[in-house]
Amino acid sequence: MPRGSSAPTRRALIGGAAAAALARPAIGGTPPRVVVVGAGFGGATAARCLAAGGIDVTLVEASERYIACTGSNAVVAGLRGIEAQTFGYEALGRTGLRLVRATASAVDPAARRVTLGDGTALAYDRLILSPGIELRFDAVPGYDARAAEAMPHAWKAGAQTVLLARQLAAIPEGGTVVLSAPANPYRCPPGPYERASLIAHFLKTRKPRAKLILLDAKDTFSKQKLFETAWAKLYPDVLEYVPLAAGGQVSEVDPAAMVVRTDFAEVKADVACIIPPQRAGAIAAQAGCADRSGWCPIDPATFESRLVPGIHVIGDAAIAGAMPKSAFSANAQAKVCAQAVIDLLAGREPEDPRLINTCWSLVAPGYGISIAGVFRPHDGLLADVPGAGGVSPLDAPDAVRAQEAAYGESWYRTITRDVFG
Amino acid sequence: MRAPHPALALLVALVWGTGARAAETRPPPGASACTGCHAEGSAMGVLAGRSADEIAGALDAFRSGARPATLMNRIAKGFDAQESRAIAAWFAAQAPR
Repeated sequence: MPRGSSAPTRRALIGGAAAAALARPAIGGTPPRVVVVGAGFGGATAARCLAAGGIDVTLVEASERYIACTGSNAVVAGLRGIEAQTFGYEALGRTGLRLVRATASAVDPAARRVTLGDGTALAYDRLILSPGIELRFDAVPGYDARAAEAMPHAWKAGAQTVLLARQLAAIPEGGTVVLSAPANPYRCPPGPYERASLIAHFLKTRKPRAKLILLDAKDTFSKQKLFETAWAKLYPDVLEYVPLAAGGQVSEVDPAAMVVRTDFAEVKADVACIIPPQRAGAIAAQAGCADRSGWCPIDPATFESRLVPGIHVIGDAAIAGAMPKSAFSANAQAKVCAQAVIDLLAGREPEDPRLINTCWSLVAPGYGISIAGVFRPHDGLLADVPGAGGVSPLDAPDAVRAQEAAYGESWYRTITRDVFG
Repeated sequence: MRAPHPALALLVALVWGTGARAAETRPPPGASACTGCHAEGSAMGVLAGRSADEIAGALDAFRSGARPATLMNRIAKGFDAQESRAIAAWFAAQAPR
């Protein structure tokens, strides 16, 4: 579809409900240029919202297809195929934005220019970075990119997810799975615990003599009471949880020997999933947007970097206060950021936003739990709106658990269509 | 199910124009996140084109607990009655196709 056309495709319409809602700025002459780096839940959403708002937008993405992390724990546990996580960019290309398949290798904030891997330079009036995460292969002794081939993290979905699923499917009777969760902050706070739940479900139903040891570098986690209550009910003989206080922090791994060490124990694993600490995607640091934490401080109303004017950071890479690193958060932040960018380019004051996050976790097939939050800027960060949000009731009947599982699945279909068409 | 999605052409016509006009047609705070769940084909249903009274009434009922919910009760408490009406009016103004 040509830019500015008022004859959108049906698929563009379906996916673009929010995009369509964004207002077109009144700007004379050439339209302002926005470059978006990263076509995940955040970047793809921002780009299509900007395109719908009449902005000249270029979306830079190295991958041919997007493989979603959200929902990928079900792939690990053999409940669905990786194809259910895989999305093309064809529909995005029909929304009027320019999709460039390339790696963004450098940003020059002073010249307002992004350089691509082939040396091409893209000029921008505003830049939105949505680079997701980098795994920190310097954080756990012994755990580097090579070790991840033996002990998959599967925290970026794709080959790693399939590898872990294959390893799990091949585990011997009476085998041991070790799963480690990092300290905060990291992508998808409840993700390791959903993964533990679904691996436990797999073992319970397929390898009943096998065990799962969940080593945690912290003592508290998202939806904790809900998970622990479910584990006690569903997986009492399968899942052993070891919090930080009980020695859950992984101090070293030996992928050749398939050994995971803590300060107190050495565990021989048949399958080891090590989820290491993370930081913002590399281009964010290259652009100067990441602070010493490795993540990117932002203005909570516009998502403009606190460190580099003219660059906005959304999604997992951003320090978004109380708002967790989730696909829903990235999508919601992208919509707010895109509107703010449109407003700023048009010389209008961006509104004080309100953002929502919802997240369902599957504990077993037909057994879902959720957390929700409503957020607004407060003291320079995104903060919970008092009285709102929270988790599913601890005493909910089975019918509610089943309904939450169904809603989680429905949300996955909806959000992926909203983002990828 | 209600007709699924807003007519983009109409919206573009609505928002095209002066900066002031465009500013008026910005979604009210919180509204843009709703379509993360409420879209065509979802179990949660579509909001675009529903009446403002229906949407605002549902938010009020979720907030008070009068209407059972798995999750919307927790979200509705993030918006007061006035904010809910603004969101409702905005979705109601989007004509379903």
